[in-house]
Amino acid sequence: MITRVRSVIRVEGVVQGVGFRPFVYGLAVRLGLGGLVGNDERGVFIEVEGAPALVAEFTAALSASPPPLATVERVSTRPATATGETRFAIAGSSGGGPRRTLVSPDVATCDDCLREMDDPADRRYGYAFVNCTNCGPRFTIVRDVPYDRPNTTMAGFAMCADCAREYHDPADRRFHAQPVCCPACGPRLRLLGPVGGPLPGDPVEEAVRLLRGGGVLAVKGLGGYHLAALASREPAVAALRSRKHRMEKPFAVMVAGLAAARVLCEVDEAEERLLTSGARPIVLLRGREESARLVAPSVAPSGGPSGERPGDRWLGVMLPYTPLHHLLLRGLDAPMVLTSGNVSDEPIAYRDEDALARLGGVADAFLVHDRPIHTRTDDSVVRVLRGRELPLRRSRGYAPRPLPLARALPGPVLACGAELKHTFCVARGAHAFVSHHIGDLENYETFRSFTEGVGHFLRLFDVVPEVVAHDLHPEYLSTKYALALEGPLAGARPVAVQHHHAHVASCLADNGVAGPVIGVAFDGLGYGPDATLWGGEFLVADLVSFERAGHLATVPMPGGAAAVRQPWRMAAAYLDAAYGGAVPGDLDVVRRNAEAWEGVLALGRRGVNAPLTSSAGRLFDAVASVAGVRDVIGYEGQAAVEWERLADPAETGRYGFRLTGSAPFVVHGTDLVAAVAEDVRAGTETGVVSARFHNTVARIVAEGCARVRRAGGPSTVALSGGVFQNALLLVRAAALLEEDGFHVLTHGRVPPNDGGVSLGQAVVAGARDIRH
Amino acid sequence: MAHGAGGKATQSLVEAVFLESFRNPLLEPLEDGAVFDAGTQRLALTTDSYVVSPLFFPGGNIGDLAVNGTVNDLAMCGARPLYLSAGFILEEGFPVGDLRRVVASMAKAAQAAGVRIVTGDTKVVQRGKADGCYVNTAGVGLLDRPGALGVAGARPGDAVIVSGPVGEHGVTIMLARGELDIEADLVSDTAPLNGPAAALLDACPGAVRCMRDATRGGVATILNEIARASGVAVVVEEDAVPVRRAVRGACELLGIDPLYVACEGRLVAVVDGAVADAALAALRAHPLGEGAALVGRVGQDPPGLVLLKTGFGGTRIVDLLVGDPLPRIC
Ligand SMILES: [Fe+3]
Ligand SMILES: [Mg+2]
Ligand SMILES: [Zn+2]
Ligand SMILES: [Zn+2]
Repeated sequence: MITRVRSVIRVEGVVQGVGFRPFVYGLAVRLGLGGLVGNDERGVFIEVEGAPALVAEFTAALSASPPPLATVERVSTRPATATGETRFAIAGSSGGGPRRTLVSPDVATCDDCLREMDDPADRRYGYAFVNCTNCGPRFTIVRDVPYDRPNTTMAGFAMCADCAREYHDPADRRFHAQPVCCPACGPRLRLLGPVGGPLPGDPVEEAVRLLRGGGVLAVKGLGGYHLAALASREPAVAALRSRKHRMEKPFAVMVAGLAAARVLCEVDEAEERLLTSGARPIVLLRGREESARLVAPSVAPSGGPSGERPGDRWLGVMLPYTPLHHLLLRGLDAPMVLTSGNVSDEPIAYRDEDALARLGGVADAFLVHDRPIHTRTDDSVVRVLRGRELPLRRSRGYAPRPLPLARALPGPVLACGAELKHTFCVARGAHAFVSHHIGDLENYETFRSFTEGVGHFLRLFDVVPEVVAHDLHPEYLSTKYALALEGPLAGARPVAVQHHHAHVASCLADNGVAGPVIGVAFDGLGYGPDATLWGGEFLVADLVSFERAGHLATVPMPGGAAAVRQPWRMAAAYLDAAYGGAVPGDLDVVRRNAEAWEGVLALGRRGVNAPLTSSAGRLFDAVASVAGVRDVIGYEGQAAVEWERLADPAETGRYGFRLTGSAPFVVHGTDLVAAVAEDVRAGTETGVVSARFHNTVARIVAEGCARVRRAGGPSTVALSGGVFQNALLLVRAAALLEEDGFHVLTHGRVPPNDGGVSLGQAVVAGARDIRH
Repeated sequence: MAHGAGGKATQSLVEAVFLESFRNPLLEPLEDGAVFDAGTQRLALTTDSYVVSPLFFPGGNIGDLAVNGTVNDLAMCGARPLYLSAGFILEEGFPVGDLRRVVASMAKAAQAAGVRIVTGDTKVVQRGKADGCYVNTAGVGLLDRPGALGVAGARPGDAVIVSGPVGEHGVTIMLARGELDIEADLVSDTAPLNGPAAALLDACPGAVRCMRDATRGGVATILNEIARASGVAVVVEEDAVPVRRAVRGACELLGIDPLYVACEGRLVAVVDGAVADAALAALRAHPLGEGAALVGRVGQDPPGLVLLKTGFGGTRIVDLLVGDPLPRIC
C-alpha cells in the first residue's frame, strides 16, 4: 500500500483573474493528485492529496512556474488527514471575510488570442474584445472584489452557451476568465459621428478610412478615450493639436509591432522587453532618420533656438495592447498618433456621454463600444536608463500591482501624495498599492478621481487606514484633504512628511532598503520646514527622519508660480544675483524680455510675491533661458527637457563651482548661471554649453555626497526628484558616484518625479508608526 | 504674516481665539457686522481697523478707506449706515498736515455716503510703536427692510454677481508701495457701497441671499465662505469676471490671481437666479455699479467648493488659501 498525504495549501499574491485555478487544476491532473482548488478573499486555497513526492512536486511548482500574470507572494501549507480522494475539482469563489486578494493590472492581448482573432475559422475572428485568462482588461473594469464577473463592468453581458462552456471548463484557457465574451454575446463596436449619430459601414474599416483621409478619431480604449491621427499627415496632427489646445507637448505614437518600432527608432534589448511587455507602456525612444518620413514634425516638436540636430529626435512609442488597436493598425499600416482624449489639461474622458460632449469639437468620429470603463487609467510612460526601466508615469498595466515593502507596516496607511502628477498610495502589511496616475489636483475632475479613487482602493484592498500621510505644503489640495477627512477615515492619525524626504524614501522603498543614505533630491519645488521652497537638497535620511546636509543657495522666484511658467524670470533672478545687480546688457535673454525685465527684477529684490527657493529645477530653467532655449514653457519641465536634449554628448568640459559652509553646506547656483552666461556671450555653441552645465551639476552631486561621507555620512546615495528624469544628469552623476566608491540607488518601479511621492510618504509614515 | 492675509489662517485665528472667548449668537455667524433689535428697531453694528501702507495712494487714503470700509460692512448686512465713530492711533511725529488730509477725506467720504461721524478718540504712541497713523471706525446702521441676509443663505440655482471690475485696490496698493518699477494707470476702487446695495435690495425684495464686500482675500475668499457656509457649489465663469486691462497686466507681472486681490468698493451678491437680470440692471443703473456682471451660478455639487470654468472648458478648484499664495506647481 502506497502512503498518501494530504496538504492544505494557501497561495497569496496576484492569484485571481490570472488563470491560477486552471493552472492548479492542470498541475494536479497531470500529477494524478486528488483534492480541490478555490478562490476566497485571501487568495487561492488548495487541498491536495497523493504520494508524498508528487505532493511535494506540486507544492514546489506553485511558486516555481505559476501562470504568466500571477505573482505568488506566499505559499503556506499544513498537513491534513488523507481522505482517499483521487479526483481533483475546482470550487467556486466564496464571499465574506476580510479581503486579501490582489487585483491584477490590465494586460495586453496575448498571442493565443491574437491567433484566434486572425483565424477566419475561429468564432472570434476579427473580434475587437477577444481576451482570456492571460490577457485583457482587469483593473479598469473592476468595481469590487472578489474579482468575479458580476463585480466588473462585464456584468451586463450574459455569456452565450459557447462562452459559458469555455468559462466553466477547467481545461480551457478561458476557464474563469471574467471578461470572456465573443461576437455573439460580448461588447460591440460602433462608429459615431461628431455629435453621436451612428455612421454606416464596418466601424474599423470606416475608422481607418477616416484616419487615412487625415481625420481625427476618438477611440475608446482600456482606461479612457484616445485621440488618434495618422502620424505622417502633418495637417492631421496640426489639426489635432489646435483642437486639443495642446501646442507643444509631444504626442505618443502607436505602431503595429516591434518591427515597425525599429523602423522609427533605435530599440535596445531592454527597450524591446518593455515595448512588448504585458504592461505595454509608452517607451521613450531615440528616433531614427527614417522617422522623419513616417512621423510628422509636429508630433514631437523640437525645442530650442535652432531646432534639433538630426538623430536627436525622441519619440514616445507603444505597441497595440487591445485587440481593437491591433485591428486599427493592421488597417492603417502606418504609425498612428495616439494621445489622451482630452482638451488642454483636463483629465482623459472615459465615460461615453462625457467623451462625446467634451471631444465633439475635437474628433471627426468616435470609435466606441459598450463595455464601460470603471477606473480612468492613463498610459504609462517609461524610458530605459543604465539598462534599467525608469518609470516616468506609472499607470495602466502597472497599477494596482503591489510594491513589496521590506518591512511590514504596523497599521494600514493612506498616503495622499503631492499636487501635480499626483498619485496616492494605500499600504498595509508588506504591500504598498500606489494608485494609477491621477493628474493635477487643481482640476476639479482630477481631484474627484483622487477622492473617489481612494474610496475604491480602500474597498478593493479592504483597508481602514490608521495613519494618513500628507505633504508639508499647506496649500496642496491633497494636504487639505488629509487634514479634513470625514466619516470612517476621520479617526486616522495625520502624519506630515516633507516632500524631499518622501522622494528619497520612495527611492529607498523602490529598492527595498531602509537606509540611511545620502538622498539627493533634485526637483521643481517642495515645501521645506523653514517655509522656503526646497528642491536642490542633499539629505541624510532613513525612513524615519532626515537631516538637511546641503542645498542650493536660495534665490527669489519673482512672481511665484509665474516664475515656473516663465523660466526667464528665474534667469533674471539668478543673473541679478550672479552679477550683483549689474546684468550685462548684451545678454540676449535681457533683450528678449526687456519689457518686463526691470519689473521682475524688482519683485525679486523687494521680495514681493517672490518666495525663496533652493530648487534645482529652477536652476535648470534659468540656464535654459539664459542660453536662449526657452523663456516660457507650454508644459511642465519643458525647458529642462529641451536643454538636456541639446547637450553635445562628446563635450566633457565643465564649469567651476563652490560648495561653502557645512551642516548644511551651500551650493552656489549663481556660479553656474554666470558661467553659462559668459559662454553664451562668448558665442559658445549651445550644445556645448548644455553639456558643460550638465557635467557640472553631475560633479556637484558627486562632490556634495563626498563631502557628506567625509563628515561621517553613509556611502549609499539615492537619486530622486523630477530632475533625475534627466538621463544625461542621472547617468553622469551615477558614474561619478560609483567611481568614487558610492553605492547608487535610482528608481525602477515608481517615478522619481512627484508620482512617486505617495509611496515615500507611506513608508515614512509606516516607519514612524513602528517607532511610535 | 500668514494670519493677516485674510485666508484660512485668519479664519482659524478668529475662530480659535475670539469666538472661543466671546461666543454668543450674534457673533457666531462671523459676518461683517452684527444685527440685533433695540426697542422696535433692527440695528447693525460693525467695526474695522485700518493699517494700510502707504497711507496715501492713487484714488484715496487711509481716511476714506476707513469710512467706506465701515459703511460697506453695514451696507452688506442690509443696513442703512447712519453714524460712525473714528479712533486714531498716531505715531509721535506724524505730520499734522497729513492728519488734516486724512481727516478731510474722511469728512468728504462720510458726506458722500450719507453718514455722520459722531464720536472719536485719539492716542499718540512713541515713535516706532506704530507706522504713522492707524484708524479704527465703528458704525451703526438701521435695517428698514424685512428679511435677513447671510453667507449661509445661498441655494442651488442662485446667481452670483459682482458690482464691478475686481482687484483694483489691492494692485494699486502693491504698486503704490513704490518698490516696483511698474507703471500702471490704476486707482483704488474705494467707494461706499450703501448706494448700490440699496438699489439691489429695492429692485429684488426678498430675493437677495447675501452681499459681501470683497476685501481681504478678494472675490475668491468671499465665494469660498459662501460655498462652505451654505453647503453649495459656486461655479464661476472665468471669462465673465470683469478685470480691467491694467489690473490684469499688473497681476500677470506680479504673478497673482485677480480673484484673490482685495477690492474696497466692490460687492459680491448672491441672488435668486430668477431675478438675476433685474439685479444686474439695478446695479448697473447706479454709478458705483456700472461694471456689474453675472459671474457664476450656485450649484448643488460639489458642496463647499468654488470652481472656475476656464476658457477651454476646464474646471479649476478655487480654494481658500491657508496663507500667502505659494506655488503648488513644480
Ligand atoms: Fe517633487
Ligand atoms: Mg471689513
Ligand atoms: Zn489572451
Ligand atoms: Zn459568447
